Amino acid sequence: MTVHATDSGPTDPAPQEVSAATEAEPKRKRLALVASKGSLDMVYPVLMMASTAAALGWEVGIFCTFYGLDIVNKKRNKHLQVAAIGNPASPPPFKGVPLKVPPILGVLPGAQAAATTFMKKWMRDSNMPEFQDLLDTCREFGVNFYACATTMGVMSVDPEDMIDGVSCLGATAFLDYAAEADVCLFV
Amino acid sequence: MTTELQAAKVLDCKGLLCPIPVVKTAKAIKEVAVGEILMMEATDPGAPPDMEAWSRQTGHELVKQDTADGVFRFWFRRTS
Repeated sequence: MTVHATDSGPTDPAPQEVSAATEAEPKRKRLALVASKGSLDMVYPVLMMASTAAALGWEVGIFCTFYGLDIVNKKRNKHLQVAAIGNPASPPPFKGVPLKVPPILGVLPGAQAAATTFMKKWMRDSNMPEFQDLLDTCREFGVNFYACATTMGVMSVDPEDMIDGVSCLGATAFLDYAAEADVCLFV
Repeated sequence: MTTELQAAKVLDCKGLLCPIPVVKTAKAIKEVAVGEILMMEATDPGAPPDMEAWSRQTGHELVKQDTADGVFRFWFRRTS
């Protein structure tokens, strides 16, 4: 029935428990996330959803596919950036200043680095963790990261480039995992 | 703090945004014994619905909550 035998085993129905406890005890809820993007602004929501679900006691699996593979690629995940070009929601330089950066300026040298710096600054100013810290939190909570086997082949990514604890799966195995999930999200 | 609820631990999440308060609360609840109270303070405007949902999902009882001077306070009893 379940793909991964991570459940602690059959538990009794615990009829004496109040309803709040019976929701959490018998079987952990499962969140199946597909992460298909590798820009900083697209990986934050993935890790925020994952860490929140883990904090709720849920089991979480993230299928890192296409550019989302960068999340678990230790050679690349320290250099995630925000797109300046083709990004109409491009971060304004200063928080709270209602100033839009014309997307055409995204072609200027350094625009992407600047957009990335501004987003990192907002996050820091709001006491938000850095990407790497949020990733560590997810791993500490036991979030499962799955690397898309096809993406690894297409993008010539070696298994050694992956952070520890990542297993390599195809879409079939992930869908099998997701079929048992309570919530599925694609980012 | 003047209530009859004696918190075994107080967690300060003021100034932190989602998902950090819920992440810290999930860790901190393990640092109190079953039956004991964890009190958490937050300023994130999303905290009241989020912490109620956290309580529903984890089963840790939200015994009491209040708001004072823009600070939301939550008292959770560890149930398991």
